[in-house]
Amino acid sequence: MLVDVAALVLAIALVVYVLTGGADYGGGVWVLLASGSRARQQRALIEKVLAPIWEANHVWLIVVVVVLFACFPPAFAAVTTALHIPLTLFLVGVVLRGSAFVFRHYGMEGAAGRRRWSRVFAGASVVTPVMLGVCAGALSTGTIRVQDGLVTSGFFAGWTGPFAGVVGLLTLALCAQLAAVYLAVEAEASGLPALRDDFAVRGILATAVTGGLALVAALLSRGGAPGLWEELTGSFGAVIGLPAGAVAAVATVLALHRRDVRRARLAVGAQTVLLLGGWAAALHPHALRPDLTLAEAAAPTEVLAVTLGILGLGAVFLLPALAWLFRVFEGAAGER
Amino acid sequence: MTDLLAARAQMAFSLGFHILFAVAGMAMPMLMVGAEALWQRTRDPVYLELAKRWSRGVAILVAVGAVSGTVLSFELGLLWPRFMAFAGPMVGMPFSLEGFAFFTEAIFLGVYLYGWDRVSERAHLLSGLMVLLGGVVSGAFVVCANAWMNTPTGFDLNAAGEVIAVRPLEAMLNPAAFSQVLHMTLAAFQAVGIAVAAIHAWVLLRTPRSRFHQAAFALALLVGGVASILQPLSGDLAAKQVARNQPAKLAALEAHFETTEGAPLLIGGWPDEEAEETRFAIRIPGALSFLAHGDFGAEVTGLSDIPRDEWPPVAPVHLAFQIMVGCGTVLMGVAFLGAGLAWRRKRIPLDPRFLRLVVLSGPLGFIALEAGWTVTEVGRQPWVVRGFLRTADAVTPMPGLVVPLVTFSLLYLLLGVLVLAMLRRHVFASPDAP
Repeated sequence: MLVDVAALVLAIALVVYVLTGGADYGGGVWVLLASGSRARQQRALIEKVLAPIWEANHVWLIVVVVVLFACFPPAFAAVTTALHIPLTLFLVGVVLRGSAFVFRHYGMEGAAGRRRWSRVFAGASVVTPVMLGVCAGALSTGTIRVQDGLVTSGFFAGWTGPFAGVVGLLTLALCAQLAAVYLAVEAEASGLPALRDDFAVRGILATAVTGGLALVAALLSRGGAPGLWEELTGSFGAVIGLPAGAVAAVATVLALHRRDVRRARLAVGAQTVLLLGGWAAALHPHALRPDLTLAEAAAPTEVLAVTLGILGLGAVFLLPALAWLFRVFEGAAGER
Repeated sequence: MTDLLAARAQMAFSLGFHILFAVAGMAMPMLMVGAEALWQRTRDPVYLELAKRWSRGVAILVAVGAVSGTVLSFELGLLWPRFMAFAGPMVGMPFSLEGFAFFTEAIFLGVYLYGWDRVSERAHLLSGLMVLLGGVVSGAFVVCANAWMNTPTGFDLNAAGEVIAVRPLEAMLNPAAFSQVLHMTLAAFQAVGIAVAAIHAWVLLRTPRSRFHQAAFALALLVGGVASILQPLSGDLAAKQVARNQPAKLAALEAHFETTEGAPLLIGGWPDEEAEETRFAIRIPGALSFLAHGDFGAEVTGLSDIPRDEWPPVAPVHLAFQIMVGCGTVLMGVAFLGAGLAWRRKRIPLDPRFLRLVVLSGPLGFIALEAGWTVTEVGRQPWVVRGFLRTADAVTPMPGLVVPLVTFSLLYLLLGVLVLAMLRRHVFASPDAP
C-alpha cells in the first residue's frame, strides 16, 4: 500500500517535472527555431519568462531522484548502472543548459557573446529532453535485466534501440508543445497578441508532431517494448486512457486555433498527464520490467513513511510559495 | 588508470567543484540580505547598489551550484550504485529535507532576483532571508548525509548482511552530524566572507575613496571575521567527535602511529607508512591527548592498533589537516587584528598594510575548505560507509570511466573560468558612479 503511494508520488513528481522543467527545455527549442519577422521578440519573451522560474522548476528533477533512491534504492542502482551512458549525456545537457542560461543573462556584453550562449542554451535544451526520453523508453523495453541486484544486460541494453529513440524524440516534441502553449498564454497575459499568435501556431504544429510520434512509439512498442504493448492493447485503463489523451490533444489544437490559450493550457496539461500516466501505469507493478517489482525494490516501510511524510509537509508550504512565484511573474514579460 | 581510481577522481573533482558553489549559495545571500537591510534602514544608495551586485553573484553561483549538485545526485548512482543500494534508505531523510530546503531557496531566489519592482520592500527582504535560510539548511542536510557515512547509525543488519529496521531520524542525527554541520556552515561564511573582503580590499588599494568598496569590504570582513574567530571552537568539537567515533581518521590526520598515553601533538612532519613513524615534526607533549579527549594523560589510539587494510592513506590526510589548521589559524589572527584595529580607531581599518594582509588571506578560507573535505573523505578510506562498505566494493561495473572523468573535468574547468570572468565583470567591478 505504502509502496504504491510512494510509486504514485514518484510518478506525480515526474509528471510535474515534465510539465514545468520539461517546458523550460521546450523554451530552448523555440529559441533555436525562432523565425519570422518577430524572431528577436520571440527569444526575448522566452528569456523573460524562464528567468525567474527555471531553477524552481529544475528542483522537481531532484525530487524525482531523491524519492527514487530513498524509496526504491535497488531500482536507482540498477537504472544508473544500465543507463550510465544516456544519463551522463543527460547530465552534460543539464549543466550546459543551466549555465548557458545564466551566462547569457549575465554574460559578456555584446551581441556575439549573447548569441553564442543562446546557441549553447538552445542546443542543450534539445539534447537533454531527448536523453531523458531515451532513458524512459529504455525502462519500458524489458531488455534491462537484473539478477541479485546486479545488472546483467550490459551498458547498451534498451536505450540503443529504435523504440527508445522514438520516445526520446516524442519527449522533445512534448516539451516543445508545452512550451509553445505556455508562451502563448504568457504573451497574451503580457499584452502581446502578435507573439501569442506566433506561439499558438507553433503549438498546433508541435501537437501534430507529438501526436504522430506517440503513434509511431505505440506501434514500435509491439516489437520494441512488448510489455508496454500488452498493457496498451489489453488493459482497461489503456482503452480509456489512450483515446482520452488523443481527445486532449485535439482539444489543444482546437483551443489554440481559436486563440483560447488558457483552455489550450488546460488541455495540453491533461494530455501530458494522460500520456505519462499511461506510461507509468504500464510499468506498474514493476520498478524495472521484468525483473524488479516495486515491492521488491522498496525500502523498509519506516523509510517510505518518513520520506512521504516530509514530502507531504513540504508540499503544504512549498505549493503556495510556488503559486506565489508564478503569480508574481505572470504577465511580467510585457514590461520594459 | 583503473576504473576505481577514475571513479574516485571524478567524485572528488565533482565534489570539490560543487562545494565552491555550494558555500557561495550558503553565504553570499547573507551579504546580499545584509546590504539590503542596511539600504532599507539608512536609504544610502551605496547599499542598494551592493545588494544588487551581490544578488547577481548569487544568481550566477547558485545556478552553477544547482546544476553541479544535480550531477552529484546522479553520480552517487552512476559511480557508486552499490553504495546507493545500501545507503539509500538511511540517507533518504536528509536528502528529502534537502530537496525541500533547495526548493525554498530556488523559489524565493526567483522572487528576489526578478521581483525588485514586483513585490513590496518587506516581501523582497523576506524573500532574501528565505534564500539564505534555504541555502544554509540545505547545506546542513547534505552534510548530515555525509556524516552518516562517517558514523553510520540508525539501522540493523540481519545475518545475511541485509539492512533491516531502519530508524531514519537516528541515521540522520548520527554522532558526527552536529559537529560536521557546524564546522561546515562556519567554513562557508568564513571562506566566502574573507574571499569577498579580499577582492574589495584589492580594489580599495587602488581606489581608496570608493564608498562602494568600503561598504562591501566592511560587511564581508564582518561576516568572514566572525566566522574565522568561531571556527577553531567548532573545529575542536569536530576533532573530539572524530577521536571518539573515528579513531583511524584521527590517527591518520595526526600521523599518530603508536597507541600512547599522553600523546604529543605533531606540527608538520612527514609520515612514513612503511617505517610507521613521522619524521621532522615539532612535538608538543600531551597536547594531542588533551585536544582529542580533554585530558593530557589520555590514551590515543595509533594506527598500529588498526588493521593495516583499514588504514587511510596517511600522508595526504595528515598534510591536508595541517593545511586546514594552518589556514584557519592565520584567518583567526587576521580577524582578531581587524577587530582590534576597528576597536581602537572606532571605524573600519582601511590602512594599506591591513588591506594587503586581507588580500593575501583571500584564498585561505577556500583552501582550508577543500583541505578539510580531503581530511573527511580521504580519511574515511578504505570505507565509503565506515565499517560496513568498502569504496572498492561500491563502484559501478561500468568500464571506461576515464571518459566521463575527462568530460566532466573539462566541462567544470571551462565553467570555472567563465564564472570567474563573469563575477569580475558584474559583481566586483567598481560601479560607474562611485
